[in-house]
Amino acid sequence: MRLEPLAHASPWRMLGVTLAALGLAFVLVGGVFVAYGQNPLEVYRLMFTGTLLEARGWQEILRRSIPLLLIGVGLTLAFRTQFYNIGAEGQLLLGVVLAAGVALFLPLPAPLSLPAMVLAGALGGALWCGLAAWLRLRFSVNEILSTLMLNYVAQSLVIFLINGPWRGKDVRGYIYSDRFAEYQQIPLWPGSSVHWPTLLLGVLLALLLQFLLFRTTLGFRMRIVGENPGAARYLGLPQDRVLLLLALITGGMAGLAGVGEIAGIHHRLIEPSQLSSGYGFTAIIVAWLARGHPALVLLTAPLMGLVLAGGDLLKVSLNMPFRIVDVFSGVILFCLIGSELFLRYRLRWGR
Amino acid sequence: MPALLELKNITKRFPGVVANDGVSLEVYPGEVLALLGENGAGKSTLVSILYGLYRPDEGEIWVEGRPVRIASPMDALRLGIGLVPQHPTLVNCHTVAENLALGVGSPLLPAQRIVPLVERISQGYGLQLDPRARVYQLSPGEKQRVEIVRALLRGAKVLILDEPTSVLTPQEAEALFRVMRELRAAGKSLVFISHKLEEVLSIADRCTVLRRGRVVGSLPREEASKARLAELMVGRTVSFERKRRSNPGDSPVVLEVLNLHARSSRNLPALRGVSFALHRGEILGIAGVAGNGQSELVEVLAGLRNPTAGSLRLLGQPLPAHPARLFALGVAHIPEDRIYMGTVPSMSVAENLALRTFDRPPLARGALLDPAAFLAQAEARVREYAIATPSLHTPSRLLSGGNIQKVILARELAGKPQLILAVHPTYGLDIGATEQVHRVLLEKTQQGAAVLLVSEDLEELLSLCDRIGVLYRGWLKGPFAVGSLTREEIGLLMTGGEA
Repeated sequence: MRLEPLAHASPWRMLGVTLAALGLAFVLVGGVFVAYGQNPLEVYRLMFTGTLLEARGWQEILRRSIPLLLIGVGLTLAFRTQFYNIGAEGQLLLGVVLAAGVALFLPLPAPLSLPAMVLAGALGGALWCGLAAWLRLRFSVNEILSTLMLNYVAQSLVIFLINGPWRGKDVRGYIYSDRFAEYQQIPLWPGSSVHWPTLLLGVLLALLLQFLLFRTTLGFRMRIVGENPGAARYLGLPQDRVLLLLALITGGMAGLAGVGEIAGIHHRLIEPSQLSSGYGFTAIIVAWLARGHPALVLLTAPLMGLVLAGGDLLKVSLNMPFRIVDVFSGVILFCLIGSELFLRYRLRWGR
Repeated sequence: MPALLELKNITKRFPGVVANDGVSLEVYPGEVLALLGENGAGKSTLVSILYGLYRPDEGEIWVEGRPVRIASPMDALRLGIGLVPQHPTLVNCHTVAENLALGVGSPLLPAQRIVPLVERISQGYGLQLDPRARVYQLSPGEKQRVEIVRALLRGAKVLILDEPTSVLTPQEAEALFRVMRELRAAGKSLVFISHKLEEVLSIADRCTVLRRGRVVGSLPREEASKARLAELMVGRTVSFERKRRSNPGDSPVVLEVLNLHARSSRNLPALRGVSFALHRGEILGIAGVAGNGQSELVEVLAGLRNPTAGSLRLLGQPLPAHPARLFALGVAHIPEDRIYMGTVPSMSVAENLALRTFDRPPLARGALLDPAAFLAQAEARVREYAIATPSLHTPSRLLSGGNIQKVILARELAGKPQLILAVHPTYGLDIGATEQVHRVLLEKTQQGAAVLLVSEDLEELLSLCDRIGVLYRGWLKGPFAVGSLTREEIGLLMTGGEA
C-alpha cells in the first residue's frame, strides 16, 4: 500500500472524501457510545429520528445553525485568506457585550434600539478580531495565538460585567443582567425559538460574500492575497488593508451571531458558557467543510447544527453527558483534517 | 565486461503520463554515463526509481548480474548506489562532519570519529572539505562535495549526479569535473544527469538520451556532437547561432541607474553602488552566481524593495517604487519564481492572465468582474502564445513549467512594455519553450522595449544580449559589449576575479 501524488482533486473526489471522513467519524464516535453501554445504531437512530423526523427537532437544528452559519461564513473567508481566526467565540462574546450595552444603557427610541444593537454587535466582534489582525500586521503576532487568547479575555470580561457593573437590579441571587425590553428582542418563528430574521441575515450574507469573493474586484484581490501572498506582493496589492478588512468582516459576522443569541434567545447578558456553547469552535468545522466557498456554509452549518441538536437529545433521552457533543465535533474535525491527505494523494494497493 | 548496473525495460506511469516507457540502460565500472533529456523527458523519474523513491510498474533492475528490488534509499545504498541530489539535503546549522556522520557514524562521538575517514576520502579524490565548517557557510559547490563524500562514505559504487552543475559557476563546474575524473579513474561509475550539452561532451564516456520517457539514442562520446545530441533530445534540428544582430548603440535611454545601494532581506548590503544605463531596443544581461545581488537589483527595479541610496530614472522620470504603478508605466516583470510570485497556482489560467488588469475595463465594470471578458481575453492570449492548457478554467498549477511561463509572458508583455525585467526566464524550460521565450523577448526589443535579462545560463546571455554586466557581491562589473569578453573571462568575473 502506498501513496501517489494526485495532480488535481475533482469536486467529486472532494465530496467523496469528505463524506467518507464524516462516516468514519460517526463510526469512531459509535465506539464511544459502546463504551457508555449503548448500542450505537440505536443511538444514531434516536439522534436522526428525533431531529429530522420531528418539527421540534427541525426547529432545534435551525436554532443551532444560525450562529454556525454566521460565524462559519466569516471563517470561510478568513481561512481562505490564511488568517487563522480561532477566536470567533470571543468575537461573538464581544458582539454580545456591545449589543447588551446598547440595550441596557443607551436611551434610544424603541424602533432604533434593535438595529443599534445589531450594529454594535457587529462592531464589537469586528474590533475584537481587528485587534488580533492589527497585532499581526504591526508586531507579527501569530493570529492563532492572539485570537485564541482573546477568547479568554472576552469570557472574563462578560463574567466581570454580570458579576459587577451590569448585574441586574432585580435578579436576586442570580448572576446576570436585567432583561431586555420587548422591542429589543428579535422576533421568533411562532411556536419555536428560531429567531428567523437572524437566519435570513445569515443566508443573505452567505450569498453576498460568495458573490463578493467570485464576482467583484475586491473579492479577486482577497483571493490573490489569500492564495498566494507572494503574487500579491509582486502585483503591489495592498495586502495589509485586505487582511484587516477580512479580519473585520469575519469578526463582525461572529459579533452578529452573538447579537442573534442574546437578542433572539436569552434576552439578557448571561454567563459566557450558556451564551454560546462553543459555537465559535464548532464553526471552524463548518468553515473547513465548506472549503473556501461561503455559499456552501448553507449546507455545512445545518449539518453541524444537526450534530449539536442531536447531542442535546442524547443528553436528555439517554442521560449522556452533554460533552459528548464536543467529542463528536472533535472527532469530525480530526477525521476531516486527516482526510486532506486523500485530496493530495491517491492510495495505491500493491507494491 | 559485465555491467555494474542494468535497467531492463523500466516502465513507470503516472496519472495521465508514461514517465518512463521501456527504458533499458547499462552502467559499466569506471565510466561516466550521461543521461540527457529535456525537462519532462523522464530523467528524474528514472533517478527516483534507481534510488528507491519510486517503484517501477514494469521492468527489472540488475546489479552486478543479479536482479534486485530497490524499495527504499536504504536498499539503494546497500547495493552501492549513491545519489548526489540537485539541491543539497544537508542540515544547515550542523558541521560537515556531523552531517556526514548521520546514519554511518559510530554511536559514540560520531562526528569526531568520522573525521579521519572523511579526510582520507576527500584527499583520495581531490575533494577539498573542512569537516569542521558549518554547512550554511559553504558555497553550493562545497555542499555538493559534502553530498559526494556522503555517498562515498556509504560505499557507493555507482554515483548518480542529478543536474550537478545547475548551481555552479563555470570554474566550480570544472572542479567538479576534475573530481568526477578522479572517481572514474578509481573505478567508480558515474551517472551524470544534465541538459547542458557542452558539459556532457566534456565529461561523458557515453550519452544516453531520453525523450518523452523513452531512450531515443545511446552513443559513445566519439560519435556524439552538440548538434547530434540536441537533435535527439528535441527530435528536430536546433540552431545554436547567436540570435541577435542589431546594435542599438545610441538609441534613447529607457532606464538609468546611478550609484544604487540596497540591502537584502537579512539587512546585509546587497547592492553597492550599481550604475548602468539601458537603451531602447537593447538587451542587457546580468550574469553572476545566485545570491550576488541579482534578486535585490530586480526587486528594486520592480518596486518591491526600497533602495538605500542612488537614483533610478525611467524614461527621464524618477522610478515610482510601486509594482502596480510601474506596470502601468510599461515595466513588465517576469519574476524569478514563477509559481510563488508570477502566478496564483490555485487560480485558473484565465484568472492568472488577468492578474495585472482585473480591476479595470474591459475585465471589470466598476467593482464587478466580467467573467465573459476574462475568458475572451484569455482565449486570445492562449492562442497568441500557444499555451497548452486543457481549458481556460484549469488551475495554473496543473500546467507544465513552460506553459506557466507562457502565461506570465502573455500577461506581462501584453500592451507595449517599455522595460522588461526578465529573471531566469528559461530556467527549467525545455528547448522548445526556451526558443519561444527568446523569440518573444527579441520581438519586443524590435518593437522598442529594453530588456534586463538576469540569467545564470551563460549560453543564453551570450546568444541574446547586446551587453553583459556581472554582479559579484553587490558590485557590477561592466556592462561589457558581448564579444569583448570570453566565457572564461565572464566566469572569472563571477567569482571575483578580474577579466
